[in-house]
Amino acid sequence: MEFGIFTVGDITTDPTTGRTVTEHERIKNTVTIAKKAEEVGLDVVALGQHHNPPFVASAPTTTMAYIGAQTERIKLSTSTTLITTTDPVRIAEDYATLQHLLEGRMDLMLGRGNTGPVYPWFGKDIRDGIALAIENYALLRRLWREENLDWEGKYRTPLQGFTSTPRPLDGEPPFVWHGSIRSPEIAEQAAYYGDGFFSNHIFWPASHTKRMVEFYRQRFEHYGHGKSEDAIVGLGGQVYMARTSQDAIKEFRPYFDNAPVYGHGPSLEEFSKETPLTVGTTEQVVERTLSFKEYAGDYHRQLFLVDHAGLPLKTVLHQLDMLGEVVAELRKHDAEAAA
Amino acid sequence: MKLVEVSHRSDVRRIAVVSAGLSEPSSTRLLADLLGEAALAALEGSGRAAEVEIIELRPLAHAITDALLTGFPTGDLAGAVEKVASADAVIAVSPVFSASYSGLFKTFFDILEPETLDAMPVLIAATAGSARHSLVLDHALRPLFGYLHAVVVPTGVFAAGEDWGTNDVAGDLRKRVDRAAGELADLVVARPALHRVDPFVDVPDFASLLGS
Repeated sequence: MEFGIFTVGDITTDPTTGRTVTEHERIKNTVTIAKKAEEVGLDVVALGQHHNPPFVASAPTTTMAYIGAQTERIKLSTSTTLITTTDPVRIAEDYATLQHLLEGRMDLMLGRGNTGPVYPWFGKDIRDGIALAIENYALLRRLWREENLDWEGKYRTPLQGFTSTPRPLDGEPPFVWHGSIRSPEIAEQAAYYGDGFFSNHIFWPASHTKRMVEFYRQRFEHYGHGKSEDAIVGLGGQVYMARTSQDAIKEFRPYFDNAPVYGHGPSLEEFSKETPLTVGTTEQVVERTLSFKEYAGDYHRQLFLVDHAGLPLKTVLHQLDMLGEVVAELRKHDAEAAA
Repeated sequence: MKLVEVSHRSDVRRIAVVSAGLSEPSSTRLLADLLGEAALAALEGSGRAAEVEIIELRPLAHAITDALLTGFPTGDLAGAVEKVASADAVIAVSPVFSASYSGLFKTFFDILEPETLDAMPVLIAATAGSARHSLVLDHALRPLFGYLHAVVVPTGVFAAGEDWGTNDVAGDLRKRVDRAAGELADLVVARPALHRVDPFVDVPDFASLLGS
């Protein structure tokens, strides 16, 4: 099982100090965070892709290559690569290049995850979101597998005799996850191809994640990729830790209350009950994370969100120290379960 | 999501009554109760077993705002949403606020999944202090439920302050209530029991997704 962190690359004002990092700081901080993640023993760092403020992460492969050059072991991934509005030819080229540069120490997670105006800015229509994800990925697969490709679809200029370069490292295309919060069609897509399915998990109740994962597992088996329990599942998680749970709650509350996505809505306590958000001690995080298996089954990748909502770099790095302890403990449980 | 006919389902028809009244006691709730009882009587008169569930929005107001912000309903609100989604008919009653339905009433329908009310028989009703607001039914509520693809019965029921002061509630208001409830019952009786298909069961096979 792999453990790591995922980020969306948001620039959010720290509600406790009123300070907002510059884009430059945020980009450099992302690199520092990724290097720290390797240092504390995590397996994966996944970066987001967005094309409007307050996000700074528009060019994930550039940042991934830079991080990859300064790390040895940690795998670089995305959360997510926008399959709807990014030309699949560019995805094929960018990620194959990255695969060569990083000696294969990467994979990617495809998502639709776009805000409304991004689609028209890229000449697309949000109502075609699912259809774009399906056609674009079908093309991406062929670009990595076939040379002199003839292709025609609905959403892109046709290709005649096209060969995407570089070819994947050792002829083996990068591993692909399909990320979704709530669209069963995306779980169906992941199952059809035998790819990984990543449930965002953190924005919706666990009951929903359970259904999505169960559905993906059934369909994975249906399409003949193996037994449902062997389907390749990843889950998101969201944590904030301190030495006591009271301290953790006190420190995190202002960030929670003002966070993008769920801020100014339910209380921290309500949201912690309904979603996987865990604010407490490292022991509590270990316990909560282990409970995910009760409804998702054995899974392959656990990513935590730790660097959003305006949390300053120093705090995030401290969180990563504690996450290192958590992951060491989770690995012990994982090894015991496997034995 | 789509609707399919089910033959094996129990014959008890369920009516969800949504009441957006804020005060206690509330004339909106009073009208909601009258309509619920009348619909029950009309269905039973047609030989159908029926039950009515009242959903008061006031105690759900915080949860409704949270759901608007997070995208998912929790706790009692999740139960209320499920009651509406699985009902055979809905009676929707709002007080008039600033020449329209109340914000709370609208927000509840805003947080429903988009297809929740597809083909749902709906009876619309409203209350206000003055009969001058009565067109709110046809200018605000009817277009809202039209947009949501509900089947709205022809008679809407509006109760102004003076309707409660006539010396017999068996007067005009009662007539309108019975007529609307009868129309709702006719719709429910005339159609097969509908079952809303599980979105996970209804996902098209990938081959058809690829082909579309």
